[in-house]
Amino acid sequence: MSGSKIEFKNPVLKWVEYRLPIFSFIDSSVGSGYPTPRNLSYWWNFGSLAGIVLAIMVVTGIVLAMHYTPHVDYAFLSVERIMRDVNYGWLIRYLHVNGGSMFFIVVYIHMFRGMFFGSYKEPRELLWIIGVFIILAMMATAFMGYVLPWGQMSFWGATVITNLFSAVPFVGEGIVQWLWGGFSVDNPTLNRFFSLHYLLPFVIFALVFVHLWALHEHKSNNPLGIDIKGPQDTIPFHPYYTVKDLYGLGWFMMFYLFFVFFAPDFFGEPDNYIEANPLVTPLHIVPEWYFLPFYAVLRAFTDEFWFFSWFMSWVMDAKLAGVVAMFASVLIIALLPWLDGNKVRSMRFRPLSWMFFLIFIADCILLGYIGAMTAEEPYVTIGQWATLYYFAHFLVIVPLVSRLEKTGQPPESIAAAVTKKTEEV
Amino acid sequence: MNKIVLTAVMAFALGTGAAQAASNVPTPAAQKWGFSGIVGHFDQPTLRRGFQIYREVCSGCHGLRLVAYRNLKDLGFTGDEVKEIAAEHEVFAGPDEEGEVLVEGDLRMRPARPTDKFVNPFANEEAARSSNVGALPPDLSLMAKARKKGPDYLYALLTGYHEEPPEGFELSDGMYYNDYFPGHQVAMAPPLADEMVEYEDGTPATLTQHARDVVTFLAWTASPELQDRKRMGIKTLLFLLVLTGMMYALKRKIWSDLH
Repeated sequence: MSGSKIEFKNPVLKWVEYRLPIFSFIDSSVGSGYPTPRNLSYWWNFGSLAGIVLAIMVVTGIVLAMHYTPHVDYAFLSVERIMRDVNYGWLIRYLHVNGGSMFFIVVYIHMFRGMFFGSYKEPRELLWIIGVFIILAMMATAFMGYVLPWGQMSFWGATVITNLFSAVPFVGEGIVQWLWGGFSVDNPTLNRFFSLHYLLPFVIFALVFVHLWALHEHKSNNPLGIDIKGPQDTIPFHPYYTVKDLYGLGWFMMFYLFFVFFAPDFFGEPDNYIEANPLVTPLHIVPEWYFLPFYAVLRAFTDEFWFFSWFMSWVMDAKLAGVVAMFASVLIIALLPWLDGNKVRSMRFRPLSWMFFLIFIADCILLGYIGAMTAEEPYVTIGQWATLYYFAHFLVIVPLVSRLEKTGQPPESIAAAVTKKTEEV
Repeated sequence: MNKIVLTAVMAFALGTGAAQAASNVPTPAAQKWGFSGIVGHFDQPTLRRGFQIYREVCSGCHGLRLVAYRNLKDLGFTGDEVKEIAAEHEVFAGPDEEGEVLVEGDLRMRPARPTDKFVNPFANEEAARSSNVGALPPDLSLMAKARKKGPDYLYALLTGYHEEPPEGFELSDGMYYNDYFPGHQVAMAPPLADEMVEYEDGTPATLTQHARDVVTFLAWTASPELQDRKRMGIKTLLFLLVLTGMMYALKRKIWSDLH
């Protein structure tokens, strides 16, 4: 995030800038001193939107923490007190609850955009990997946050997910008890989840900072997926992209706040309005919607699953296989820069990859649907094939298609493409 | 403890056998509610009739532990009326100056105040179960949000009783057959019927009217902020629409020198 120094006439600004070049830093990060490809589409709005949602989550979260009580006897009641008796508590809480869903919507679109336009490719591999760390940290934060209201789904979701670690050979049981701080999900678990739920967003902030640091080194990718060749290819971030991001933010806020004001429980489970009860298991334990595809991968591995019994049953049991597959389904995304062997970044010039990209999205949506269903036929079998396809996409389709496909010819430069487009119009 | 873990793991491994058993319950029909939709709001006379039903029928078994008597002002009751309603109930008064908590062997009690939460009909879970063939009447504060399509479900449940179960259905002792309750057996006797409650405002006292009124009241206890929320929502979205339009114009203007 280095850049040219800016000169000030104002003596105060000059004094500060000489000692701490913070104005140059801001200018070269998100100001007129940051050159950005001139052809970014609206798909590039989602990065800044994710940053804004993170800020909203932190601010509303800090206020909620002022009124929330992390104790099994009071957690549920303190949340309802926020909803009923704290001034605008319902607004703060619904902003936070729906903000979680919005965060995942925005970040998933951000990731699919990166996949489509090849934003993970050389020299942006580390930028991409840091992004995968961010989504992992988001998932951990969201999972622990969902436990805090101490409803039925909070408690049973926490019980099911922490129990996954018992699949680890030899030390599994020990790990689970260590996570719980006892022999079941109980007050110590709630306390540590609250503590970590408060901590992790700041870790995410740090990761976002590194993410941006790496981004600014080689600048944004663009819809053509070609490198910036000179100043004619770029425009300053401010005012061009600040105003474009603000315009996009307007639409996003309308979408977000529609749910907050008119359908605040749309993304939630009714069961979480029942206080946690260790003696009553809900009929249907489901995670939040953004975990459903990964939950489907986890549940795909049963003893009857042919892939498991042929290839995996001799080293691990089905439960461990499911856990390994679930974590692998996220981590494998980090390997994309090497799985994809094509030099052309943007799928605009890779029609075959484009097609498989769309099938991959359909597969993710299918997995999400299966994750919400009960474990009965035909959902089990469909989920198993969808899981196999998910991994086949990364391990077979992308490596082969990217190396064998015939690609189109991207334009010489961004500037050339933009001028040509204007002439055509 | 291990049993809890086991149930969880089983629930996870088996998905939900029980959910399948319950899935023969029909989807409740969608009703028209005055409080749904973007401009939805609570009709005060409906809320008051619903409160009357809660007070005269439901409150015999069901609590509203998250609602305070002072909240009844939302229904149009005056401060004095709320005081009177609260004073019909008694709460534990705590120790006196000498630390004594008993008066002649009974707990010291005082009349409830508007700031108190609705007093539970039973002293504890054990008392509630022993009066209800072992079943626990759930607290109703959040019921309208704690079931899928809550208000529609509650309405369907309240109007979904049959005097006789269908042929071949084994109904346990003390249970009632209901179309919409998971498993069709519910320990709650049909709570509402025609002419169950006499309305002060002359509204016809039919079963469906009773059900609509009490469900509206329960929608209010679950989301007392609903009106404020929707009103603020309309203002906020209109503001954002204008702001976004201005941002669009600004974006067009700033980008116009590029092409």
